[in-house]
Formats: sequence, structure tokens, C-alpha cells
Amino acid sequence: MYTYDEIDRTLVNERVADFRDQVRRRLSGELTEDEFKMLRLQNGVYLQLHAYMFRVAIPYGTLSSKQLRRLAHVARRYDRGYGHFTTRQNIQFNWIKLAELPDALADLAEVGIHSMQTSGNNTRNVTSDQWAGVAPGEIEDPRIWSEILRQYTTLHPEFSFLPRKFKFAITASAHDRAAIKIHDIGLRLHKNEADETGFEVLVGGGLGRTPFIAKTIRPFVHGRDLLSYVEAIMRVYNQYGRRDNIYKARIKILVHELGIEKFATEVEEEWQQMRDGALKLDEEVVEDIRSRFFYPSYEKLPHMPEELRKAARDPKFEAWRTNSVFPHKAQGYAIVTISLKPVGGPPGDATADQMDAIADLADKYSFGEIRVGHEQNLALPHVARRDLPDLWKALDKLGLATPNVNLISDIIACPGLDYCSLANARSIPIAQELTRRFANHDIANLIGRLHINISGCINACGHHHVGHIGILGVEKNGEEVYQITIGGRADEQAELGTLIGPGVKFDEVADVIEDIVEAYLALRARPDELFIDTVKRLGVEPFRERVYATR
Amino acid sequence: MPLVKGGKITDDAFVHVADGAELPAGGSVLVSAARFLENPEALFARSGKVGVTWPNNRDVDDVVPYLDRLGAVALVFPTFRDGRAYSQARLLRERYLYRGELRATGQVLRDQFVFMLRAGFDAFEVKKPADAEAFAQTVRRYSVFYQPTGDGRLTALHRRMQLRHSESAGL
Repeated sequence: MYTYDEIDRTLVNERVADFRDQVRRRLSGELTEDEFKMLRLQNGVYLQLHAYMFRVAIPYGTLSSKQLRRLAHVARRYDRGYGHFTTRQNIQFNWIKLAELPDALADLAEVGIHSMQTSGNNTRNVTSDQWAGVAPGEIEDPRIWSEILRQYTTLHPEFSFLPRKFKFAITASAHDRAAIKIHDIGLRLHKNEADETGFEVLVGGGLGRTPFIAKTIRPFVHGRDLLSYVEAIMRVYNQYGRRDNIYKARIKILVHELGIEKFATEVEEEWQQMRDGALKLDEEVVEDIRSRFFYPSYEKLPHMPEELRKAARDPKFEAWRTNSVFPHKAQGYAIVTISLKPVGGPPGDATADQMDAIADLADKYSFGEIRVGHEQNLALPHVARRDLPDLWKALDKLGLATPNVNLISDIIACPGLDYCSLANARSIPIAQELTRRFANHDIANLIGRLHINISGCINACGHHHVGHIGILGVEKNGEEVYQITIGGRADEQAELGTLIGPGVKFDEVADVIEDIVEAYLALRARPDELFIDTVKRLGVEPFRERVYATR
Repeated sequence: MPLVKGGKITDDAFVHVADGAELPAGGSVLVSAARFLENPEALFARSGKVGVTWPNNRDVDDVVPYLDRLGAVALVFPTFRDGRAYSQARLLRERYLYRGELRATGQVLRDQFVFMLRAGFDAFEVKKPADAEAFAQTVRRYSVFYQPTGDGRLTALHRRMQLRHSESAGL
């Protein structure tokens, strides 16, 4: 956990006062809606179909129990008693009143959270691995660098009016859980031959209308140069990124149009002129940020405590444990993923009561810490393995022990036409229907790891391009039509999915997905060949045949 | 459109001269980049200062040779959403060490003042009179800054270092 000091607190409070004044000027008519729009977006406030939507940042996915309780309070006091966790470590509230927003922000500021730059054409919430700091084999905790970047990008005087939004993600593990290759800048922490910490810098990834996987612009940038290198990239983008067409304004288009070599040359030229300037990070400065992260003092505990041995006789517990419990760097501890994907529920939603209860469980079992992952699930990062049976019982009572993590019903979905003013089609009802179809955990387990991603429009907030199965809702002649892709992935082997054929109607989507899954079960070489590997081996053709033969 | 300079509303010493319009006999003038580059020497030969309005899609490299003789450089915000001039401003101030008047023009609104000051602007052609009047109060909104720019303000990172050192020195 990073703890805010007086300096951080002052800034957040100043931002709240600033926004309060902006809202006042809007309500009094001093600001036009056009002028206000950008200001509210810079504070995470969208105007949606039914109301204002308010997006709060959870930087690098780390929350304290106190912060989670405060989010529950905002859900209860200013919204309709629930919140929606997004694919970028944010939480959204869908029914906020504009006049009450400054108060909601002030309540959040008291616990050190904010909504700065969660939308608008600026640098967005810096995201990272939700297992940062606890994953075995990690190079070092990427949140130190995420926090340095968070501070650096907050209210940046040069980059607050970029051509388009700009997203950073950081990972420090071999297995990328932060989807860095679909970000504007992706950072992979690693060490050079001299054992110095630095980053492979990737640039120009992104989904939306024109998806691209990020390309490596520099294989190693030393930690001390991180900010100057990033500033060089952003300066080139700010000046040369396209502003004539919103769909061509992301950095991915600039990188694509210039080519990565030419873009890299521009950045290098800029960087050489400033790399030894004020942005150079002294070890002392990095150490100061590091020192304000709190780490639990773990006890020396056995890997296989008696409690766990006993509980293993309960098949329900075992189903949950084998699915939702992951190895921890400290012996005797585990990382527990809390699925926010109950059968028939909207993916990523949590009620205020659930948030409060999870905060209590975090206090009791996880040193008061909670994590949020881009898969729209939560995690308790430091659970003693002997506590797993008790934790499971408590989660089960709350409806939060669905053992479907990484399985077919662990669906990533955007809010879609039920909430979003950009959407062309519904996402949530498709997800709900699919979770009902695959509600049987034995069958889901038999299928194995399979990620379904659903977006309700081309903007791709549900990351459909990188779903093992991607579902994109579009509108055709006044009807919702869904295009299905397969073979996408968002991890270190990131790839865009391939369209299997013509779009299908709303009512047919679940049947088509069942056909694809049945085809996979028949085609897989071995029971442990994952869906994504079968698609890689065979291509889309056999799946296409299966789906369209009878349609 | 009121001009804010030195933190308050002042008279504009520069006459904006449109392309093709005749230059006044004396006094300071502000001309477009195109007109300026046609014959800079003729402009500098006049009495009075020369200012140039530099478009946000042209590299500032072309104005750099003249910086020490220019009385003002005006950078343009065609809309407040277009932030290219922030980069130009920082380059002029921090890389090319331009010390003359750096003016923000175009859709300059209250909520950009702090960003503009930090990027190096010191003169503002403010769109709305009420925003110009609120200048002094608006720029005091923030006391914490995370990024180092050429404006010399201490960043949060360095303030922390100072605090830490004064604590460890027992002060």
C-alpha cells in the first residue's frame, strides 16, 4: 500500500476545490456545456444514457479496506447501492447527480482516492499487475514505478490536452497480467546484464476501431531515465499526433503511419536533448516512494496447515480452492481471487454491502489490502493458507465464492447499451445468458481456461479483440448484431482475434458460443490443450464450419 | 479580449497587424509567422518591438534564430482542447532559453491558466473578461506540483527530499 503524505493530500484537496468551482460555474451558466465537458471528463464524469457516470481511479489496482469502505459509502450515499469495476482498475458509479459530485469527491479525497484523469484526452490511470508485490518470481514491485508515473502524469502541464486519451500499464512478471501490449505505453520491468532495473518500453498498442498490438520502441530504458523517456514519447505525440479525426488520434495511428523505426528516431532525438535534465530520477527519490509502500510482516507458516488438510474433504471448498487460490511469494500464504462474475450477474459489479463485507474480510485475512484486476475481479493479496477455509465460508455466504476464475463464465464485458451512450448493442445481457449456459462448474472445468470478452460497440471497452472468444455488438439496420472473433489474447503473447464469419443476432449469440466450445472439445489434441492453443494450431476454419454449417 | 500580464489586466503594447494590412509607422507590432518570415530584417529595422504569432502546427525551430530580437512570441490555442502550444512553450523556454514575452492566444480560458503558467507563458489574451478578472485568484488554486518544468517551482518529489533532509538534520 502506498500511503499519501501531506503533499499528496493537499493536491487531491486542491483538485476537489477546483472541480467544485467548475461545477458551480456550470450550474450558474458561466461555463457552457462545451467548455465544461472537457473539465468534467478530466475528472472522470461522463454524461451517459440515463445520468452522469462517475469513474474513480484505483491506481495500479491497490485499495485499502478503508478506501473500499469509502467506495461503498459513495455507492450508497450518492448512487444506487452498487459500483462497477472496469477493465482498467477503475470503479464506475452510474447514477450520480452533478450537484452532489463535489461532495462525493471530497469524501473520497479523505481516504486518498480521486477521479483525476479517468477520462478525457490526457494520461489515464496507470495500471499494473493486480498481483504486484506478491507474485512469486517478480523482478520487483512494479507499483513503485507505477506510483512515480501516477505522480508524474497527474495534472501534467504539457500533456493535459493530448490528441486523445493515453494509457500506461506496467508489469514485472514473466506472465503479463496487466495487458501491457494493448496500451499506449506498455512497460515491462526487467534487469540488464549489469543487474540494473529498467524497462522494455512498448508503444502504440490499443484496441477500438483500429486495433494494434504495441511494438517495442526500446528494449531497455534504465529506471532513472523512465520519466524523461516517457516525456519524449509524449512530446512527439502531442505535437504530431493527428487531431483532425478522433478515430485516428491515438498514438497507435501515429506509430503506424510513421512506422516504428521513424517514430523511435523522433523520440530518440527528443530524448537525447533532455535525458540528463530535471526528470532524471535519483535513487534517493525512488527510495522515498518505495519507503511509503507498506508491506505486511508475514509469519513463518506451513505450506500445508492442518485446517487446509481437513477442509480438502469438502468438494465445494476444493473446487473453489483449486480455482481461485494462487501461489504467493511468501510460504504459507496465498493470493485469493474474488470472482465478481456470479451466474446471471453483470460482470464486475459489486454492491455496497459486498464492498463493506470484503473490506472486513481484508482486515481479518489480508492485512487490510484488496486488489482490483483488469479481468474485473477483486483479489485478497495476503491470505494465510490456514485461513482459506474460513475465508471461503464467509465469501460463499456473500455470494462471492463462484469458482469460475479464468473459466468461460469469467466474462469481461463493458456496460453496453444498458448504460452507455456510445454503445450500439447490449453487452451485459449477453454475458448473463452465457454465465447461465455455462453455470455447471464441472463442464466449465472440463473446458478449462477460456476468456470471453464482450464490447457493445467498436470502442472496445470490453477488449473483445483480445478475448479468446471476442463478441462485438454492432447495429445493423436498427438491429443488434454480434460479430464473433476467436484466437485473441491480452497477455505476453498478445494477439488480435480473427473474425469467424458474418454477425449473428442477439438471440443466437449464446448458441454460437456453445457451438464453438463443442467444436473445441471435439478438436482439442489433449484434455489440457487450451482453447486458445487449439485455435492457434487449427486456425478458425473448423470453428467457422461448425458455426455456419447449420445457419 | 483583455490581456493579462504580470498577473493583472494591462493594455496591450502590441498592435495586431493582419497579413496584408499596412504596418503602423512606429510602435510594437504583432504579426503572423508567414509575414514575419517573409522579411524579418525589415520588421526589426522599424522602431518598436516585433512580436510573432506562431501557429501550433509549425516547428518552433524556424523561430529560434530570432528569439533574442523578438519582443513577444504568441502561441495559439485554436480551441482549448488543442494542447500543442504547451509543448512549443516549454521548448522555447526550457530548450531555447527564450526570456521575452510568451503569450497565449486563442481560446484561453480560466481553467488553463495554471497549466499555461507552468509551461512558461507569462501573457494571456483571455477570451472572457470574467476569467481575466479571476486570474490572480485562479492561479493560487494549486500549491503542489508533481512535474519539473522551467517555471522553477519545486516539485513534490524534491519537497519531500528537503523535508526528509531537514528532519534527519534534526531541524
